[in-house]
Amino acid sequence: MELPSDRKNKASLFVTCIIDQLNPEVGESTVRVLQRLGVELDFPTAQTCCGQPAFNSGYWSEAKPLARRFLETFTGEIPIVIPSGSCASMVRIFYQELFHDEPLWAEKVSSLAPNVFELSEFLVDVLNATDEIGAIATLAEAQEVLVTYHETCHLRREIGATTQARELLQALPNVTLAEMPQSEVCCGFGGTFAVKYADISGAMLKDKVDNIKISNAGTVVACDSSCLMHIGGGLEKQNVPAQPLHLAQLLDQAMG
Amino acid sequence: MEPKTKQFNQGASVALKDAKVQKSLLGLYDGFHSARIKAAAATDDWEGMRERAREIKAHAIENLDYYLALIEQNVTKAGGKVFFADNADDANRYVVELARARGVRTVIKGKSMVSEEMDLNHAFEKVGIESVETDLGEYIIQLAGEAPYHIVAPAIHKSRQDVSELFHEKLGSMRSEDIEELGREARRQLRGKFIQAEMGITGANFIVAETGTVVLVTNEGNGRMSTSMPKIHVAITGMEKVVPSMDDLGTFLRLLIRSATGQRLTSYVTTVTGPRGGDEVDGPEEFHLIIVDNGRFKLLANPELRESLYCIRCGACLNACPVYRKVGGHAYGWVYPGPIGAIVSPILTGLGEAKDLPYASSLCGACKEACPVNINIPRMLLVLRRELTEGTTYPDQKRASILERLGFRLWRLGFENPLLLKLGISVAKLAQLPFVKNGRVINMPLLSGWTRYRTLPVFPKSSFRSRWSMLVKLASRK
Repeated sequence: MELPSDRKNKASLFVTCIIDQLNPEVGESTVRVLQRLGVELDFPTAQTCCGQPAFNSGYWSEAKPLARRFLETFTGEIPIVIPSGSCASMVRIFYQELFHDEPLWAEKVSSLAPNVFELSEFLVDVLNATDEIGAIATLAEAQEVLVTYHETCHLRREIGATTQARELLQALPNVTLAEMPQSEVCCGFGGTFAVKYADISGAMLKDKVDNIKISNAGTVVACDSSCLMHIGGGLEKQNVPAQPLHLAQLLDQAMG
Repeated sequence: MEPKTKQFNQGASVALKDAKVQKSLLGLYDGFHSARIKAAAATDDWEGMRERAREIKAHAIENLDYYLALIEQNVTKAGGKVFFADNADDANRYVVELARARGVRTVIKGKSMVSEEMDLNHAFEKVGIESVETDLGEYIIQLAGEAPYHIVAPAIHKSRQDVSELFHEKLGSMRSEDIEELGREARRQLRGKFIQAEMGITGANFIVAETGTVVLVTNEGNGRMSTSMPKIHVAITGMEKVVPSMDDLGTFLRLLIRSATGQRLTSYVTTVTGPRGGDEVDGPEEFHLIIVDNGRFKLLANPELRESLYCIRCGACLNACPVYRKVGGHAYGWVYPGPIGAIVSPILTGLGEAKDLPYASSLCGACKEACPVNINIPRMLLVLRRELTEGTTYPDQKRASILERLGFRLWRLGFENPLLLKLGISVAKLAQLPFVKNGRVINMPLLSGWTRYRTLPVFPKSSFRSRWSMLVKLASRK
């Protein structure tokens, strides 16, 4: 298969605050994957957090300055790629709610939203790069891994991307996908929910960990670092050897 | 029913510790939840139907004044009476006074969630009238003196052993763990009541405005017996149950039944238009329809929450909800549990008392995905959270704690100012140091809620933004 070498795609990366501060390696993998596909990336350094934690907790007045900052930092002239279903849905879907009473800003959101993409949907739907990723991975001959996939909530139910990540996993020759039961059920994270309602969240997490165990996979893949931090923390607490891995990292490894 | 929404955490804790309850709740996923998904997948144009249903409901609710007047007109024309009750007390007074005026001694009841709002059984009890639930689940929880656990399956938390023990204790029945035998026992007990009762009370799944018809969807046949055997039939329902036409009803029946139990059709669908007509051989002599507000107007008046009135009480959002599947129905502290309850209960009973309900959700959206009327429940949870922290719409709401408010202010300022953020991260790095073991944070005060069930990562040496220029350099060298 011939790889298009002259492709000049451009995109802006919003790396999310959690990846920036806690999981920079996910950001690095995202960059490498996109670079291998010939995407010219831009990283506006004024970016910080999309404002979701405050918004979800009811503090819309604290979320607004950060949302405005996002809308001023990213113009939306080129695609904005976000390696998180949750943060992508905040910008694409929930900014509309946040600014429901500020038409000027709501207008900015409407014009920007169609150009906001979560990483897996950008790779599959915009770049149409599934085959290319598979081809690069075939050449790279990375180590074989058995993975299971956790479908993160906002990616599935707000962004509506239910097939893209699995499609990418299936394109990787070194990856075998072992589905866990109830892969679409929430892991119990939910931001401050995990701390405020720790026992409920912990019980949900226990179900998730049990289902991961049933899959026998050594790696749990998802498209959100926050959910993976939660699941990974639960796996470790319960001494389950499976490791959390962001899709970007798995792709990065597979593409060598 | 006296709201106990304030005790959400206690209720949740009780359920979480009860292994039997956890088992039956876990079963909802493979049971009702999966049955709904299968039924939906086997139905042509399911998504189109959901959208249509939403449009019909939106239209009906936007024109509720017109449709309620039309219902009154058509029920009256059919020989029935309509009473509009502002609140639970008004509704109780009407139905209890009616029963006393007609010398009623025994009332049989079909399933009605609105009558739970009214605590109607107690209102009858106070004046010495016997009121017997005839839906098997409702019968069980009436005997147990409990509130319904689930909108569709009120006794879902009871095992066959529980029911056997309950029947033995309250009715003197022989113990049995055979479900059919338990069903037969309930039937034996109830048969006499059906024959004896002078008044039957039911809810209504829908009221068809163009004909003034009350529609009941049941599996046990008790609903139809309650509408047809006693001399008087009283249907009690919330004012949002309106569908404009019989054509619309078809859409809703298909959606409701599949969403509730995964069946294509229930054993019984009963339509009641007024009392027994001149040429009819059976049916009640009197028919009354009580349409209850009881706080619903507050939902109607708020455009951000209005779509909660589109709910057809199928229970699909409960079955889909991973939080409901852990905390069960009683934790929510009022008649309507689960995601839709977390919207409706705070407004109907007082937001200030129900502070936990909108927050006790991971906002996963499974409810929205399941709802046959496409109600955006997570969006409304977010609206209620906003009302609870900085809103002014509901005077009784409690403001969030100053500490939490301050925390979010600082957090926001940090993300607006790179220097402040750096400082904050440095402080956090220092703070976590004493609690790090093998490169993970294992037990940290202030975050003990987190570390009880998970470890935390430590902050890496450098952030992504500080690595970015290196990444670009590396790429250009290739």
